[in-house]
Amino acid sequence: MKFGSLIFANLFRKKLRFALTIGSFIVALFLFGLLAVLRGSFGGGLEVAGVDRLVIINRTSIINPVPLSYRDKIMQIKGTKEITYDNWFGGVYQDEKNFFAQFAIDVDNQRQVFNELQVPDDQWNAFLKDRQAAIVGAALAKRFHWKVGDRIPLKGTIVPGTWEFNIAGIYHGKRVQDDETQFWFQHAYYEERMPERLKGLVGWYTLRINNPDDAPRISKAIDDEFANSPYETRTETEQAFASGWVKQMGNIEGLIMTIGIVVFFTLLLVTGNTMAIAVRERTGELAVLKAVGFSDGAVLTFVMAESLLIAFVGGALGLALAKLFTLGGDPTHGLLQFFFLPGSAIGVGLALALLIGAASGILPAIGAMRLRVVDALRRV
Amino acid sequence: MVRVNGQSGSSSLVTVRGLDKKYKRGSEEIHVLQGLNLDVDPGDFVAFMGPSGSGKTTLLNLLGGLDVPSAGSISVAGDEITHMSSGKLTQWRARHVGFIFQMYNLIPVLTAFQNVELPLLLTKLSKGERRKHVEAVLSIVGLADRMNHYPRQLSGGQEQRVTIARAIVSDPTFLLCDEPTGDLDRRSADEIMELILRLVKEHGKTVLMVTHDPVVARKADITLHLEKGALVEAGRVEGATAGGAA
Repeated sequence: MKFGSLIFANLFRKKLRFALTIGSFIVALFLFGLLAVLRGSFGGGLEVAGVDRLVIINRTSIINPVPLSYRDKIMQIKGTKEITYDNWFGGVYQDEKNFFAQFAIDVDNQRQVFNELQVPDDQWNAFLKDRQAAIVGAALAKRFHWKVGDRIPLKGTIVPGTWEFNIAGIYHGKRVQDDETQFWFQHAYYEERMPERLKGLVGWYTLRINNPDDAPRISKAIDDEFANSPYETRTETEQAFASGWVKQMGNIEGLIMTIGIVVFFTLLLVTGNTMAIAVRERTGELAVLKAVGFSDGAVLTFVMAESLLIAFVGGALGLALAKLFTLGGDPTHGLLQFFFLPGSAIGVGLALALLIGAASGILPAIGAMRLRVVDALRRV
Repeated sequence: MVRVNGQSGSSSLVTVRGLDKKYKRGSEEIHVLQGLNLDVDPGDFVAFMGPSGSGKTTLLNLLGGLDVPSAGSISVAGDEITHMSSGKLTQWRARHVGFIFQMYNLIPVLTAFQNVELPLLLTKLSKGERRKHVEAVLSIVGLADRMNHYPRQLSGGQEQRVTIARAIVSDPTFLLCDEPTGDLDRRSADEIMELILRLVKEHGKTVLMVTHDPVVARKADITLHLEKGALVEAGRVEGATAGGAA
């Protein structure tokens, strides 16, 4: 650390340049953080998807239903464990921009199949006793400042009319990435007001199986069972199902990667140029350091340390800002279900910042290392 | 005693034999130093003079291990430096050479104290020991009260005194001064020369100095002229035949 004063003094030599370079890192890493959040949000379903869960939908499209009568047939297939079903409700709360997912759920099996989404027993029991009761995710409750006991009206779109719900409970995810933005209510309530043509049909099934390795066999068995029926099925793992959703929105991953690469390449050019100028303008000083006995390696280390310090401080600040931003909650109010910056992304961001710091510092550092004292002093 | 005839004395601190230095400038080869001999004893104060391009600074750079000769040898306190690797030469410089440049070459973002402390960062001295050394040499150069000033807050003469303090703080074997007063007014130049003389007389330092200024050169024990790549004795201060101005 005895060289620390020299390194720090050089860092602050040109305060404006230092601030602008740090600022470049802050902006770039803040953007990286947001891109990581977006990537995680669009692909979030992939991470939270249970490895032992299959989703069974109508072969034509998820908007086409499948019969409730399939449930017992599915459960006869060897290796199945628990099954539940849902219907998409598609209601509007006050205004269409207040979008959130609402599901009419199978109260008998919901908690067994989605056991990572936890509801306190007393609230669940209250939910079961009230036909109009609803369970809402913690993030959703926070978004609309709902609490247990509130009465919530939704305007039906698939089944028109005003639907009244009483919030009986709030569920929490076991993991930070679990989706806490859903609204559940009893399928029986939904069925009461359902048009005759839709009765006995559900949106999709979610099936828990005993062994994830059996997923291909069970999926095939289910789809074969209902082949050539009016409601053919498509069964896939929950992860594949979630992946399909993401793909429907386009190549989000590719878009994010492209933006990220452009940002970091620009950052590399900016900081590389800055470091080159910083070294060039103190050629004489570096020569003096060498003249008084500092080795080539020491001079290289000083330049690299400066570059890496700028990268680390700027990167850490940028990522901290991104983290703070995500703590404020999803700014789209529900479109991005998994709005958080995971620790792994922070780690990758810091590593990338240091990599940029190293890459932008290495050429000027090598130049400083190779500097001939005699030549440099002649130039001063 | 300083000798340029190639006859070694038993007490020589610096011994230079057959020193050659050639440069290539385009297709032209410039033979700057040709078979140069020099012997300097401890405590000598030598001034090198000569026209521009005569090789004064080149000689100083070679003696300080900043450059390598085309032929010949340089020994300092028994160390043959001409065949040292770059790394070894760097370590050798840190131990044996104190540089004083015309342009001061202080680091502008460091205080006078920090500038002087730089060579000591390469030693194993503790922070407290370094502080004692730095304060002592800043007192010698008369800048104890300016130690927390940055170079831009000092006059040219004061900056050069900081450079001298930096050069002597690690107690090197000898000091190499390249036009130490070249950028100063006469009064400041005189002050700097007084200081260098004090280092020679009171602290027994060996000083090899390049200068254009005959007034400055006269302060040295002996003035050597570089002519056609070799050294010629131009003048010797009376009574300074050996051991500097003792």
